[in-house]
Amino acid sequence: MPATAAAHDSVWGRLEPLLPGVQKPIQYVGGELNSTSKEWDETDVRWALMYPDAYEVGLPNQGVQILYEVLNEQDRVLAERTYAVWPDMEQAMREHGIPQFTVDAHRPVRAFDLLGVSFSTELGYTNLLTALDLAGIPLHAVDRTEADPLVLAGGHAAFNPEPIAEFVDAAVLGDGEEVVLAITEVVREWKEEGCPGAGGRSPRDELLYRLAVSGGVYVPKFYDVEYLPDGRIRRVVPNTSGVPWRVAKHTLMDLDAWPYPRKPLVPLAETVHERYSVEIFRGCTRGCRFCQAGMITRPVRERSITTIGDMVENGIRSSGFEEVGLLSLSSADHSEIGDVAKGLADRYEGSNVSLSLPSTRVDAFNIDLANEFSRNGRRSGLTFAPEGGSERMRRVINKMVTEEDLIRTVAAAYSHGWRQVKLYFMCGLPTETDEDVLGIADLAKKVIAKGREVSGRNDIRCTVSIGGFVPKPHTPFQWAAQLDWETTDERLKKLRDDVRADKKYGRAIGFRYHDGRPGIIEGLLSRGDRRVGRVIEAVWRDGGRFDGWSEHFSFDRWVEACEKALAGTPVDLDWYTTRERDYAEVLPWDHLDSGLDRDWLWEDWQDAIDPDGAEVEDCRWNPCYDCGVCPQMDTEIQIGPTGRKLLPLSVV
Amino acid sequence: MQRLRIRYAKRGRLRFTSHRDFSRAFERALVRAGVPMAYSSGFNPHPRISYGGAAPTGSASEAEYLEIGLREEVDPTEVARRLDEALPPGLDVLDVVESSGGALADRLEASVWRIHRLEADRSALEEAVAAFLARDEVVVERMTKKGVRGFDARHAVVTLRVADITDNDDRCAILEVVLRHGSPSVRPDDVLAGIREASGLHAGSAALFERLAQGPLDEGTGTVGDPLAPDRDAV
Repeated sequence: MPATAAAHDSVWGRLEPLLPGVQKPIQYVGGELNSTSKEWDETDVRWALMYPDAYEVGLPNQGVQILYEVLNEQDRVLAERTYAVWPDMEQAMREHGIPQFTVDAHRPVRAFDLLGVSFSTELGYTNLLTALDLAGIPLHAVDRTEADPLVLAGGHAAFNPEPIAEFVDAAVLGDGEEVVLAITEVVREWKEEGCPGAGGRSPRDELLYRLAVSGGVYVPKFYDVEYLPDGRIRRVVPNTSGVPWRVAKHTLMDLDAWPYPRKPLVPLAETVHERYSVEIFRGCTRGCRFCQAGMITRPVRERSITTIGDMVENGIRSSGFEEVGLLSLSSADHSEIGDVAKGLADRYEGSNVSLSLPSTRVDAFNIDLANEFSRNGRRSGLTFAPEGGSERMRRVINKMVTEEDLIRTVAAAYSHGWRQVKLYFMCGLPTETDEDVLGIADLAKKVIAKGREVSGRNDIRCTVSIGGFVPKPHTPFQWAAQLDWETTDERLKKLRDDVRADKKYGRAIGFRYHDGRPGIIEGLLSRGDRRVGRVIEAVWRDGGRFDGWSEHFSFDRWVEACEKALAGTPVDLDWYTTRERDYAEVLPWDHLDSGLDRDWLWEDWQDAIDPDGAEVEDCRWNPCYDCGVCPQMDTEIQIGPTGRKLLPLSVV
Repeated sequence: MQRLRIRYAKRGRLRFTSHRDFSRAFERALVRAGVPMAYSSGFNPHPRISYGGAAPTGSASEAEYLEIGLREEVDPTEVARRLDEALPPGLDVLDVVESSGGALADRLEASVWRIHRLEADRSALEEAVAAFLARDEVVVERMTKKGVRGFDARHAVVTLRVADITDNDDRCAILEVVLRHGSPSVRPDDVLAGIREASGLHAGSAALFERLAQGPLDEGTGTVGDPLAPDRDAV
C-alpha cells in the first residue's frame, strides 16, 4: 500500500460495498477472461476506452475490443475500459463520491492521459456527459486543465462530431488501429519532454496542437464556425496556423496484418452478443444511398479466407464461444464467401460450433450459404433487407432488388425448410409516399403466398421490421429533408391496418416498428452543428440518460430543451431535421474529409430524386464511378479471390 | 457415461457472479478446456451439467458443487487443472472426483457460513447471538418475487457462534453459522435479520457472506462433512 493516496488508486474498496445494492453488479467488477491488467507505474501512456452505453451493449463492441488489445500489446502503454453506469449505480456513486472508474483495475478515469470514446450512435452523447461529470472532468473542453485526460471521440458518429465539439478535445475519423498508436507516440514524446507548452500555448493546448498538425486528429477548438444571419453556416476556418483546413479519415489497409481481436473478451455478465465475431471485410461499395457505414468505410478491404479461418479457430479456442459471426456490411459479398462457408462448415462439422452470417443480400446464393451454415442445426429464420417497399423506392435508394428476385429467394428459402423470413425496410425515405410504404404489405403477402405454395404448409411466417430513415452526414442523402414523425407514424399505422385487415395472410405476418420520434432526435444529433451542444447539455442536466433505450428516452425533454437552448437563434429542431439543404449550403461536417467527392455525392443525390436517374453499380465488379475515395485517400480496393481453401484442422 | 463431481470456489470480486452468469462462463470454460462433454439429444443440445444449490449473488463461497456427464473417460485431476485454467481467477476449481453414483444433491444437507464485516464489537454480538438462540422461532421477512414473505429463520440454524478469529484487515468479529438446507431456505442474511429481530442489534449493513462448506450434516455434533467423501472412498 502506498503511504499516500494517488489519483490512480483503485476505488474498489469503496465500490464493493455498494454492489450488493445495485442491479447486475457483475457488470462493474471486470475480470473478464482475456482482459489485461498492468501496473500503473510500468506504463507511460494510459488510455481509458469508453463505450458510452451499458456494459451489456458495450462489452461486445468490436472497435473497443480491438483498440484495447492493440494498445495493451504495446510495451509501456496501458488501456483500460469503462462503460456507462446505470442510473441506480450513478446515484450510488454520487452519494458516496465515487468517480467514473475503469472495470479493469477500477481506477478513476480522470487519472488517465486519454479518454477515448467510441460512438456507434449519436444517442450515446448524454452518456458521455454523465461519465465526464462522474469522473470529475469538466464538461466543457475549455475548462479542462493538465489534470484532465484528453477526451477523444471516435466511431461512425465522429464523422460529424460538431454537436459534441464543446465536450470533446478531439475527434478521430475512420479506422482506429494505426491512429491510436500514432496518438500514443505523440503523447509519449510530449510527456518525455516534460509536458511542455509552446508558442504561447498551454501545455494541454500544445499537445492538442501537435495532434492537430499531424493532419489526422480533429481538434474543434482550432476551428471557428461562422454563421449567416439566416442560421446557416458561413464557413469553418482554422484559427491557428499549421492546422489543416480539412481533417482526413484513417483507412487501414491489409486487414490480414491486423487480425484483431485475437483474444476476445469473454464476459461473465450476459451481453447482447454472445459470440466470437470476425470481420471478414471492411467497407462496402454497393452504393445504397441511405447507408452512412457504406459511404464512410470505403474502399472494400477483404480479409483473406486463410486469415478468417485462423481467426475463427483461434477465437473459439481462446474464448470458448460456440457461435461464430462473420461480420461485415454485406457478408455474402466476400469474393470467396462460398469457400469460407463450406470450409468452416466442414471444419466444425459434428461439433457444436455454429456459424452465422448477417444475411442481407436478396439472392438465391444467400440461401446456399445459409444452408451451408445450418448443416446440422435448425432452419429457423432468414433475414433479408429490401429496405424499400416499392420498386420505385428501391431505385431511389439504389438498392436494386426486383420483386421477382425477392420472391424467388424466399421461395428457395421456404422450400429448403426455412420456416420464417424476416424482411427489413425503412420508412421516411426521400420522395416516399403512402403507396411506397403500403407496398411493404403487398410484398409480405406475396412472400407468404409463395411460401405456402412451395412448402405446402400453413405455419410459415414473415416478420416485417421497419426502421425510420435518418439522413446521415457523408451520404447522398445528407441534403435530404427528414420525414416528420407525425407522418411517419401515420404511414406505419396505415401499413399495420392494411396487414391486420387481411384475413388470408395477416396472421402470418409479424410487424415490428418503432414510433418516429426517437428518429427525429437522432436526426438532430446526426446533422447538427455546434449549437446543438447546448441542447445535449440541457437534456442531460434535466436528467436525460441512455437515449438509445426506449424506457429512458424522452422525446418531450428533447423538444423542450431545443426550444430553450435554441431560443433567440434562427434555428430550431425542424430546421435541423425536416429541412432540405441545397448544394451551396456549408454543411457542419464539410471540413471533415471522408474521401467522398462532394460533387459526386450531390450528383448521386440528384440521380436519386430524378425518376430517370442513373443506377450505381458496385465498383468491385464494374468500372470505378469516381466517388473520389481511393484517389483522395490513396487507397485501393483489396479483394480476392486468393484461390486458397481452408484445410481440415489437424486433430489435437 | 462418466460423471465427474466438481467443487469450486467463488472468490473476491467474482462473488458478484450470478448463477446464470456462472453457468454460461462454465460452459465456455468446458469448451476451452476441451472437456469431452456429453450433450443432451434434441433440437437444441446442451451439455450435461447439474448444479447443486448455488450461493446467492454477492456471496463468496469455498464450497459450490456441480456434476458433469462426459462422453469419454478422462482423468479427473487433468480436468481439474484444465478447467481451472480456463475459468477466470476468482472462479476456482478446487476438486474433481469421479462419481460413485447416488444423488449429490441429497448429500448437500447443510452449509457452514461465515459472516464478515459486521459492525459490532464482540461482546455485543455474543449477547445478540444468545438472544437469538434462546428463541424457538424468529420470524423474519424477505422480499420475494411474490412480495414480502414472513418465515422462521431459527429452525434452520444448527449452530451459531462468534468465531475465535477476526479478519486481518479490519479486525471485525466474524459470525459462524451452520444452516440446515430446506424449504423455505434460510440464508445467512436471514440469520442477521433474525438476530436483529431477537436482539435489536443491527450489525449487517455491509456484511459479507462466505460459504465455507456444504455437505452431509452430523446432527449430533452440528458439523458438516465432505459430500465427495463417498466418491473418494469408492475409488
